[in-house]
Amino acid sequence: MIGHIASRLGQALLASFGVLTIVFFIMRLSGDPTLLLVPEGASLEQINQLRHQLGFDRPLPIQFAAYLGDLARLDFGESLVQRAPVLGIVAERIPYTVALASGALLVAIGIGIPAGIVMAVARGTWLERALAGFVLAGQSLPTFWSGILLILLFGVTLGWLPTSGADGIASLIMPSLALGAVGMSTFARMTRIAVLDELSRDYVTAARARGLSRGQAVVGHVLRNAAVPVVTIAALEIGNLLAGAVIVETVFAWPGIGQLAIQSIQSRDFLVVQTVVLFVSLVYVATNLLADLLYALIDPRIRMGA
Amino acid sequence: MTPVLAIENLSLSIAGVPVVDGINLGVDAGEVMALVGESGCGKSITSAAVMRLLPGAVSQTAGDIRLAGESLSRLSERQMQAMRGRRLSMIFQEPQAALDPLSTIGTQIAESLRQSARAARPAVLHMLDEVGIADPARRIDQYPFELSGGMCQRVVIAAALIARPELLLADEPTTALDVTIQAQILDLLRTLARERGTAVLLITHDVGVVADIADRVAVMYAGRIAEAGPVHSIFAQPRHPYTQLLLASVPRLSDVPKSPLAVIPGRVPTPLEFGPGCRFASRCPRADAQCVAQTPPLRPLGDSDVACWHAA
Repeated sequence: MIGHIASRLGQALLASFGVLTIVFFIMRLSGDPTLLLVPEGASLEQINQLRHQLGFDRPLPIQFAAYLGDLARLDFGESLVQRAPVLGIVAERIPYTVALASGALLVAIGIGIPAGIVMAVARGTWLERALAGFVLAGQSLPTFWSGILLILLFGVTLGWLPTSGADGIASLIMPSLALGAVGMSTFARMTRIAVLDELSRDYVTAARARGLSRGQAVVGHVLRNAAVPVVTIAALEIGNLLAGAVIVETVFAWPGIGQLAIQSIQSRDFLVVQTVVLFVSLVYVATNLLADLLYALIDPRIRMGA
Repeated sequence: MTPVLAIENLSLSIAGVPVVDGINLGVDAGEVMALVGESGCGKSITSAAVMRLLPGAVSQTAGDIRLAGESLSRLSERQMQAMRGRRLSMIFQEPQAALDPLSTIGTQIAESLRQSARAARPAVLHMLDEVGIADPARRIDQYPFELSGGMCQRVVIAAALIARPELLLADEPTTALDVTIQAQILDLLRTLARERGTAVLLITHDVGVVADIADRVAVMYAGRIAEAGPVHSIFAQPRHPYTQLLLASVPRLSDVPKSPLAVIPGRVPTPLEFGPGCRFASRCPRADAQCVAQTPPLRPLGDSDVACWHAA
């Protein structure tokens, strides 16, 4: 088990390094931030001087090696635009995104998994069809569109919730719903399939032959077996959630790392973008490791290495 | 004496197509009754009907099933649920598939008693010992994947018998097991049934299993009973042509090596091909016009009941 986790950790770090490398070079395809930093009307000489000062005139591999060297010392550098340490800039945004992602995950899991279970158990009834329509809507509405619709209804027409910004729990509700909707549908569909798959197994009939009701068999045996594929989806869904956060944070003017990433890409604030990417990929790695541990908790065959 | 299980004129349909057609069957206490037939003849679905655990597409169109005289067909689902595991129970073809891979065997056996695993622990330990599992104190907390197929079937039997049901349905209980384990499991089933006076309905396609364990046998063909009676009479003097051919097709060690296997020509008709007459007529060497036109009733002949116009 420990060897397994160590090897997964090694793979994960390699993947993070790969992501970082790609982002580093792609960012630089669009040029460097020198032109955005100099005052209007600056001479070519002044521009070149600044470029040299910032080190953007060096060959890319050398810039990359220097960046990795800094990273190895946990030096994330300084934002060229804000003239402040990158770590601080990113760190002050992280709680907002964590709050948003938690809210969205609560929506996705809290609604999606029960909906999926009910759809499987109530297969072929009006209840399943009603839920299927609901799930399809959540899946089909693009986040930017559902976000705007929510703002229109609850923010503008009804005036119940703030239309944007980060001002307490109330302002978290709509972004969480908009961000969680797609994940909710994914969870509902995957849970439905996993539960249906388990319901058809012999051990369910056997449990019922021992005198369990269908509901008791579902609660006592089926759900735990269906949990393994759902945990896999949950781990992957965290990644989608962080990607969706970029859009939702923009729509709702939510000051998280998604919004920061967009702003930093626009101002070519390379070090900030790279640090955000690094953070997101580390979160992804951590959730997948957590999923591995959960498998072991759920399934004794994995725990005992069978 | 009222039989423990009485299946009366039972008919079952899948999406309106009849697959079991008016069968009658009785099993007495302490008796092993084998229901034998080829795949698809309706024997497994008959046992599912007794448990009232039929798949959604199957419906009971006629007849009644009685447990010690009490009609199961008229019970509410809740009442039926209270009977399952306690008064009638079931064991399955694939023991490992019949156990939840993520629950310990002790927990699953305890479910038959409607008790928590902790409360039922002494009874479960005792039952594990009775089904011949060594070191029950260690095994009780193990998961199915830690046990062999034969041990899993002993666990399934323990779960089925711990509440001392009157009736045990065994659907191909040894088909998925090694031959050497088969004999042990059959032996165990027979011993436990005798000791406890449990009536056993054994579903099998294996004539050898019937000879090993059953007291009486009913031969099923295409949804109907072809012949039923005491095992020794039917093996000594099969009267239905299907039974005769079925018994003749069992390979024997005394056969000349490499000699061709005896087979029954043709194939079982599907429910959509059922005609008005005897369903074996299309493959029967003795079939005539009457066989094709009219269904032969099940009539007593010697010790047995036979559904054939020509049997004598």
